[in-house]
Amino acid sequence: MIGLDEPFVWRALAAGVGVALVAAPLGCFVVWRRMAYFGDTLSHAALLGVALGVVLDMRPMFGVLLAALVTGALLVGLQRFGEFAIDTVLGILAHATLALGVVVLSFVESVRVDLFAYLFGDVLAVANADLLWIGVGGLVVLAVLIAIWRPLLAVTVHTDLAQVEGVPVTAVRLAFVLLLAIVVAVAMRIVGILLITSLLVIPPATARRLARTPVQMAVLASALAAVAVALGLAASLAWDTPAGPSMVVASAALFSGVLAVARVRT
Amino acid sequence: MTDALVSAAGVVVRFGDRVVLEDVDCAVAPGEIVTLIGPNGAGKTTLVRVLLGLLRPQEGRVVRARGLRIGYAPQRLHVEPTLPLTVEGFLALGTRTDRETYRQALAEVGVPGLLDSPVQRISGGELQRVVLARALLRRPGLLVLDEPAQGVDVGGQRELYRLIARLREQRGCAVVIVSHDLHLVMAATDHVLCLNGHVCCRGEPEAVSAHPEYRRLFGPVDREIAVYAHDHDHRHDVDGHRVSHDHDGHSA
Repeated sequence: MIGLDEPFVWRALAAGVGVALVAAPLGCFVVWRRMAYFGDTLSHAALLGVALGVVLDMRPMFGVLLAALVTGALLVGLQRFGEFAIDTVLGILAHATLALGVVVLSFVESVRVDLFAYLFGDVLAVANADLLWIGVGGLVVLAVLIAIWRPLLAVTVHTDLAQVEGVPVTAVRLAFVLLLAIVVAVAMRIVGILLITSLLVIPPATARRLARTPVQMAVLASALAAVAVALGLAASLAWDTPAGPSMVVASAALFSGVLAVARVRT
Repeated sequence: MTDALVSAAGVVVRFGDRVVLEDVDCAVAPGEIVTLIGPNGAGKTTLVRVLLGLLRPQEGRVVRARGLRIGYAPQRLHVEPTLPLTVEGFLALGTRTDRETYRQALAEVGVPGLLDSPVQRISGGELQRVVLARALLRRPGLLVLDEPAQGVDVGGQRELYRLIARLREQRGCAVVIVSHDLHLVMAATDHVLCLNGHVCCRGEPEAVSAHPEYRRLFGPVDREIAVYAHDHDHRHDVDGHRVSHDHDGHSA
């Protein structure tokens, strides 16, 4: 096993825990609002963003942020698209953008792009600059989420009621999608495009049984997500498995464990 | 009506090709109770959404008094089972205040002691009262209740109407109640608006005591529920469209 004196191990841990702490509370709203598929669509569009970043020669993260923002803004007001229900539209967008991303990247032969790293993450290769971006992005997301927590929760419980009570519904929704886009952009390095939704959904689902209030659920989800990241990273180092997927497996194992314990108790 | 809390004039709402509201006029004065009745699909909830400002009509004017605070109790409120929310947490989403005030609000609507219960664990009737408490905590000038008597038996309905009448007396707020019961309305109602896409008729409820049939069914004295006698000067074709002349020579 690789020793703990290796700096890249600590960078990976810091990056993973940082993203997990921020993604989990936001993920609670994804679960409460039944938006898992929405999150999937945003993150799949991220690959198109990566391609955009490569073509325009900028940090992939900014390309991803741009792609996620545009997709999210498009989807916010869109309840139906012609005769198609929203989940059909999401399904088309998610996979079309993902496929288009792969196709565009295949044209850019001058730059070697490690597709596997983008799809499943490359947390062990995180550099100090990445850590900085994760830190900045994470703090922004947390600050905005805390600021809009109550109105966002009101909209989640009942949109009309919230609007009658004076909540600026559209602004709150847009802010939420903006936060999701930022999380997608910073989480891509950790678990990859295909697994980002798991960071958003699994820790809140695990925390549900243990929480009595929304805030409790968010805090618990953060803690569980951080534990899953640490466990996954340790497993990855011990058995030489890919780090991102190992974290997701650890998270799913925690979920199953909590569920099993809750079943036995009742 | 210039002193109305909210008034709508010539309101037309279309969903695609379907005309849901056709030239509807409606006004609610301060302290007044207006009952909105009509069959399913008559556009009652749509009109409520227009009055609340949630839906912009394609035609017509809606005017709300400046600074009007509205307490709204929507028809069906479903809280996702994945969201751990207590009654206190639910009330706090509308108005942030102390636990004692929440307790008083719950007691006022007849469901004391629910403060720490998860909203998913209480009954539908209790949840309806909790939603009403959230509306009252805003100290509204206008209370809008969409089908508050839904799924409640006659006894419960009577009690609910008694509560609403008392709230109006004590707080002086106007009330708009939506009901799908075409004949029995709350006795304290000042105006009844019967809707079926357009305004079918409007009027005041008759005292129950005038109707021996109702007295025989529900007992001699009933101060909460009244009979509304419709006065239609038109009929509807199979699509519900208004037909002006009554060829059969009798009125509905």
